[in-house]
Amino acid sequence: MRILGIETSCDETGLAIYDSEHGLIAHILHTQIAMHNQFGGVVPELASRDHIVYLLPLLKQLLNDANISLNTIDGIAYTAGPGLLGALLVGATVGKSLGWALNIPTIAIHHMEGHLLAPLLEEQAPQFPFLALLVSGGHTMLVHVADIGHYEILGESIDDAAGEAFDKTAKLLGLGYPGGAALAKLAEQGDHQRFHFPRPMTDRPGLDFSFSGLKTAALNVIQKSPDDMQTKADIAFAFQEAVVDTLVIKCKRALQQTNLSQLVVAGGVSANQLLRSKLNHLAHKLSCKVFYPRLEFCTDNGAMIAYAGYRRLLKGFKDDLCIKAQARWPMDTL
Amino acid sequence: MTPTILAIETATEACSAALLHRDHLYERYELAPQKHNSLILPMCEDLMHEAQIQFSDLNALAFGCGPGSFTGLRIAAGIIQGIAFAHQIPVIPISTLRALAQELYRQKKATKILTGLDARVNEIYWGVYQLDDLQLMQAVHDDQLVKPAEIYVPENSGWIGVGGAWQVYGEQLQNILQDKLIEVVPNVYPTATAVILCAKQDYLQGKVVSAEKALPVYLRDKIVK
Repeated sequence: MRILGIETSCDETGLAIYDSEHGLIAHILHTQIAMHNQFGGVVPELASRDHIVYLLPLLKQLLNDANISLNTIDGIAYTAGPGLLGALLVGATVGKSLGWALNIPTIAIHHMEGHLLAPLLEEQAPQFPFLALLVSGGHTMLVHVADIGHYEILGESIDDAAGEAFDKTAKLLGLGYPGGAALAKLAEQGDHQRFHFPRPMTDRPGLDFSFSGLKTAALNVIQKSPDDMQTKADIAFAFQEAVVDTLVIKCKRALQQTNLSQLVVAGGVSANQLLRSKLNHLAHKLSCKVFYPRLEFCTDNGAMIAYAGYRRLLKGFKDDLCIKAQARWPMDTL
Repeated sequence: MTPTILAIETATEACSAALLHRDHLYERYELAPQKHNSLILPMCEDLMHEAQIQFSDLNALAFGCGPGSFTGLRIAAGIIQGIAFAHQIPVIPISTLRALAQELYRQKKATKILTGLDARVNEIYWGVYQLDDLQLMQAVHDDQLVKPAEIYVPENSGWIGVGGAWQVYGEQLQNILQDKLIEVVPNVYPTATAVILCAKQDYLQGKVVSAEKALPVYLRDKIVK
């Protein structure tokens, strides 16, 4: 079975082809980051406009790279939410009509399910059941994954997502947008003694997160401190430590609470090296195994959507002719 | 032989699909705000069943390319891109305002039409259309995105107004046009049938584009202030 995956939920147009025999055979990504950067954040209408211009040229390129023809595709998976409604609709509409015209099944995919399953594209793949930490610019959640489509949310952010807190604090530090990765880079030069931020919601039971207070704490320190690069690096260091420690503490709690021995970490923030090293250390201590997607699949991509589509179509799920796109879509309703 | 053409129009509150096959027109139309994404493909499938045709029978695809609701335009463009790419079918984009004028001719035999759609933030999409010898609406002036006070005003008289902008800015537009305007017709929307009527001629003249050029014409290009 050969599946085309289409991802257009935010500011990246991603396409990929997953083949049940040969694995991932091609993938391609067009990012709009530079376009949105000048506005200090994603402009939804511009995102949608870009997707509809680039989607087919990317698909042509993808088929060309893979050296396969369109009529060898057996199914189409598209991200149907959550995300920017206008952006989602582009991938959903093209994917859906392409599937209808080719007389092959299509399947609407939950964006976070895509992220969650991304580590299954790797050779060292986890087996169900496992614990997943989904951590990106839009989400921070701990999920008990029993099987495809069987997700129990154990905890999530009650305000900002971890990646959002990274990006917002980076912006306060004058690192541009999205500056989460730049903040992590700057933190490498930071002094670990100088500042300390709280680890929110770790002093009470539960697996929920809150990161907006941390961002405010950072703002207060930034306003009271000198405006030199070393100070910024020191703040970046302390901020990153606080976010990562908080995530690690909750992962530890969730692993102990569920007795699961495998942890999957996915989403944009899963590329963070400090998070990876601290989670590896935790996993070692608890005799657990931890799994990550390859770095290029931590952020949005078509490969994870193609793969999730493959797993769902295999289970017999498929869509009717309604084009499905929803900005909000609770994951535990899957 | 007349071409076989499938057309859709989703730029306004109206959602419609139409199929021209062996000189017969098959139509589906529904006034259904926010429901276009669930209605449009079943409509197309219905039409193809009814006419008993395959994708390989289609000579061309046509769609209302705008101006209009940005999301509506992208739904139409996206649907057309998918079908066109799957079967390498040529595409004919038709102005939504032209389709609105053609629809009014179909309903009321009006021949000189001032089309206006509400573009919000005190602007309108404005098109001036007149019937030609082939009973097709042709633009007297390029479609505009303008403040009501800045519309292109035709020289002669006998014009009929149509489109949502007349509900919002009717008085202002009438003051500008004075006795050049003879009537305003409410509640008419651009339709896929009107798109097909215009597209047929374009097809015969070879005015077609490939799938990836099936793109919306927004007119409003300044999104961020």
